[in-house]
This record gives sequence, structure tokens and C-alpha cells, in this order.
Amino acid sequence: MAKTYSAGVKEYRETYWMPNYTPKDTDILACFKIIPQAGVPREEAAAAVAAESSTGTWTTVWTDLLTDLDHYKGRAYAIEDVPGNDDAFYAFIAYPIDLFEEGSVVNVFTSLVGNVFGFKAVRALRLEDVRFPIAYVMTCNGPPHGIQVERDMMNKYGRPLLGCTIKPKLGLSAKNYGRAVYECLRGGLDFTKDDENVNSQPFMRWRQRFDFVMDAIDKAERETGERKGHYLNVTAPTPEEMYKRAEYAKEIGAPIIMHDYITGGFCANTGLAQWCQDNGMLLHIHRAMHAVLDRNPNHGIHFRVLTKILRLSGGDHLHTGTVVGKLEGDRESTLGWIDLLRESYVKEDRSRGIFFDQDWGAMPGAFAVASGGIHVWHMPALVTIFGDDAVLQFGGGTLGHPWGNAAGACANRVALEACVEARNQGVAIEKEGKEVLTKAAASSPELKAAMETWKEIKFEFDTVDKLDVSHK
Amino acid sequence: MSEMQDYTSSLEDVNSRKFETFSYLPAMDQEQIRKQVEYIISKGWNPAVEHTEPENAFDHYWYMWKLPMFGETDVDTVLAEAEACHKAHPDNHVRLIGFDNYAQSKGAEMVVFRGKPV
Repeated sequence: MAKTYSAGVKEYRETYWMPNYTPKDTDILACFKIIPQAGVPREEAAAAVAAESSTGTWTTVWTDLLTDLDHYKGRAYAIEDVPGNDDAFYAFIAYPIDLFEEGSVVNVFTSLVGNVFGFKAVRALRLEDVRFPIAYVMTCNGPPHGIQVERDMMNKYGRPLLGCTIKPKLGLSAKNYGRAVYECLRGGLDFTKDDENVNSQPFMRWRQRFDFVMDAIDKAERETGERKGHYLNVTAPTPEEMYKRAEYAKEIGAPIIMHDYITGGFCANTGLAQWCQDNGMLLHIHRAMHAVLDRNPNHGIHFRVLTKILRLSGGDHLHTGTVVGKLEGDRESTLGWIDLLRESYVKEDRSRGIFFDQDWGAMPGAFAVASGGIHVWHMPALVTIFGDDAVLQFGGGTLGHPWGNAAGACANRVALEACVEARNQGVAIEKEGKEVLTKAAASSPELKAAMETWKEIKFEFDTVDKLDVSHK
Repeated sequence: MSEMQDYTSSLEDVNSRKFETFSYLPAMDQEQIRKQVEYIISKGWNPAVEHTEPENAFDHYWYMWKLPMFGETDVDTVLAEAEACHKAHPDNHVRLIGFDNYAQSKGAEMVVFRGKPV
């Protein structure tokens, strides 16, 4: 029997709260943390979020009846307490897959984190996790190469890779910048990195930077006999300019370029990732602006969701935090999104903040990048936390070495290899880190000097965004 | 604080040439090599041995020493093959590999006998 039209405002829960709904394997599932306005019941708030992030408008319109909205609507199908937070609750919402254009994280997130985040009925809203069905994953291009192909291209096996962001991040001339790159690479790093703030400023235009950096890579390769790279940042004001820089990087034989996927935008990132795949160029992804979205525990988008966006949109490396350095990051939570970045199947695990099983099928994984405030003394913990499929990036921890970049790079390489060798031997390196490093320093004056320089530095602030796993 | 030292690496000095994982550590002794073989086997990877003239170490493809030892779990057998390769090619780099057939990659790769720099 056909429905009849009646104008006016209906309670959302009449249409969008469906506690008996069993999500389909093809549904996109989302978990929101909601703090409703005072007096708004949980079911109504959950239904409102489902409505506003899918088919709903504030009032009934006659054109609703020209389609089968019951097919297209988002369905709030479950509600849970948030441990330790009486104001908030989790709402689980299922979206039918045909609400979204294939292969478009742009489209998915325009709905899921669009108007709904400014919606008056909720005081605060956070997208905690999203389950992408394998049917949707298969429509996305994903990482241009992935971990295994990058290892083959760069000839790096059985250990994490080593990198360094060149500093000062702003103000160097291109030729001096290339010098800093060369010194790092000849000392034993695999990669150096443009700071995200470096695009094409008046003090150093991109073209000269690319040329001098490539010269540095070439010489370091001939000198060390190892493959080297530098993430040439092609993040630019317009897509046209971005591709122009990417094309030039390819022309001069650079192995890897870099993009900032949030400030640059998901559209630009997805396009660039496909270009990288077509052109055999590795793609390093920086995440400037993520903390604006993911740091507030009650409002925004959790980084595990931003991780999934990047894996679908495409990138071969993604910054994930270090756990041990100067930047925010809870250990269990970080391990959760590292898995989401690298593994092919990740099971629901609330102790790591993972709300859904996530099947990535054959989509490649990407390297986790640990960068920010780390130095040789962190190496045992970093190798333990991140395992082999990571790029460990020491900026100040390389360039701040008292004898310069090459010695700093060498110190990090020796420390890394000593930790990996010991780990392979079955040594509990996080516990016995000091012994492992001290032994390695006996044959490396560079490491010894690094250990003397940074011994006392510690970062022991508590994280702001903690997992909600225990009740008060 | 230790006194500043020069970083001595150059195109001219062939000793500057490295060969990836563990090449920044002192050469491994017998016991250390054995531990790495044990690690590869404990991971369920397939051990293999390859070698090359040091001047060609940058190439992706080195010479295979026979075929990878698929399913080999005896540490002494693997060590014996590495040593046999070293004996047959004393001036070459000899590397030990653990092929991870699930990742379709090498889980481990390291030079266990260092060749004569040229």
C-alpha cells in the first residue's frame, strides 16, 4: 500500500531508529559518540544523526514519496554507554552502500561528517569508527604501491626504514637544503623529508629544491651503494600546480613524492595517488590539520577514521604518531590504527578502540611513519611498537647531533640495526634497550656521542584523548 | 662529551659502500649468523643464499646459490650452504634471505659474509 503525504515535522526516531535492524554485509557502518542537548532522548539523538547524515531534512517534503526512502535511509540500529562518561553514548548507524559514489571518500565523508556536525540537537559529536564493506573497498584505488612493492623498489628488507625531516623547516636556500639532505643520506638514512610547510616559497622555489635534492640523492647512492629517496612535497595551491611538480619529480628520477592529504584535500589526494600508481612514484602522506579533527575526545573525527580515509584514498606512507615522542598518542589506540593502516583484516577490539571488523581484501597496506621528538634512546621502544613496516623519522634526533647530520644519521642507523639484530635474537629490547645501545656504541663513536647528547630528554605528559575503555 | 670527529665516507674510499640491513654493524661472527638463521626459521620463512661481486652489490639481482631452501628447518643445513657459497666465492658478498611467501616479500635479508671491497 502506497504512503500518503502529510506535511510537518516528524520525530526522527519514528523513521530512523531501527533497533531490530540487522546490518547487511554491504552496509557502511558508523559509530558516533554523541552528547545530546539536555532533554533530547538518546534514541531521538541517534536517529537525528542517522537522518541528517543520510536522507533526512528537518521537515517532510512531498518529493520524499517519489522514491523509496526506506531503502536509502541511514538506520540507527544500536546504542551503547560510553564507559566512564555519563553524558555521552555511542550510536551505531548503518548506511546502504548505494548512498555513496564508488571510490569516493569525498562523497562518503561529505555525508557522514557533513551538516550533521553542526546540528543543534547534539551538543557534541564524534565519528569514532567506520566499517567499510569489502564491496566498497574494492571500488577504491588505495595505496599506489603498498609496503611490499616499496620494499622491493627501495631494496629495504627485514627492518624499519629510517628518515629525517630537514630543518630548519623554513628559510633555507635550495642549495643549502640539498646539502642537509646529502649529509643525512650519506650517513645511512633511507629517506629525508620536506617539512610539510615547505611548498614553494620565495626563499626556496620548488624547482631548485627538486634539482638540488636529486643531486644529493644521486651522490649519496653512489657513495653508499644503497637506494635513497627524499619526499618531495608536491602539495600546492591548485591541482594543476601539484601535477606539474609531480611530473617534474618523475622527470628527474625521484623515487618518492609527498602530499598533505587533509589540507590538500581528499579529492587532490585520491587523484595524486592514482597518478603515482600510473607513474611508478611512491607517495608519502603527511597529516597536517588532523589534530584539529581528532584531538577533542567529544567532538570531531577519530584518527582511526582518518587512517581509513587515507588507505582508501591512497598513500604509501602515513604519519601515525610515535607513542613515545613529543606529540599526542595513546599506545593501545595507536596500535589500533597502525593495524588499520597495514593489515589485511582487522578484528573489532575495543581495547584498541576498534569498533568494527574491517576487511581490506587485497588492498595493499601502507607504512606507518613515526615522527616527532624522537632520538636514539627511543629506538628500542619504537622497534618494539612499530615492528618492521614503519619509517622511523628522526628530525632533531639526526640534525641535532653534535657532529652534524651524517654522524646523526649514522648513529640512528647503527642504533636501529643493533635493535633489530637483538630483537631477532630474542632479546626483549624495550627492557634491555640500554644494554643493546651501549654495546652497539662501543664500535660506533657517532652513536656514543648521540647517546651522550640526548640522554636526559623525556616527554611524559599524559595524553588528552584517552580511550574510553574503563568505567569511573 | 666526545670530541668532534669527521665523517669519513667518500666516493674514492670503497669501504664507504654499504649493503643494506646490518651493514652499519661490525661483521657477524658464527654465533650471530646462527641466531639470525634461527630467527628466519622460527618465522616460518624460506631460507636462501645469494652472492655478488661487491662492485655490483647495488643491483637488485644477485646470483642465487642453488635454489631457496623451501621448507628447510635445520639451522646447520642453512649455515652449511651459506658457508659453502662463501668458500666458493671468497671475495663476494654472501647474503642470507628469509622469503616470506605470504607477504610475497623478503622478511629478512642480510650480508653474512662480507666480500673484498673493490
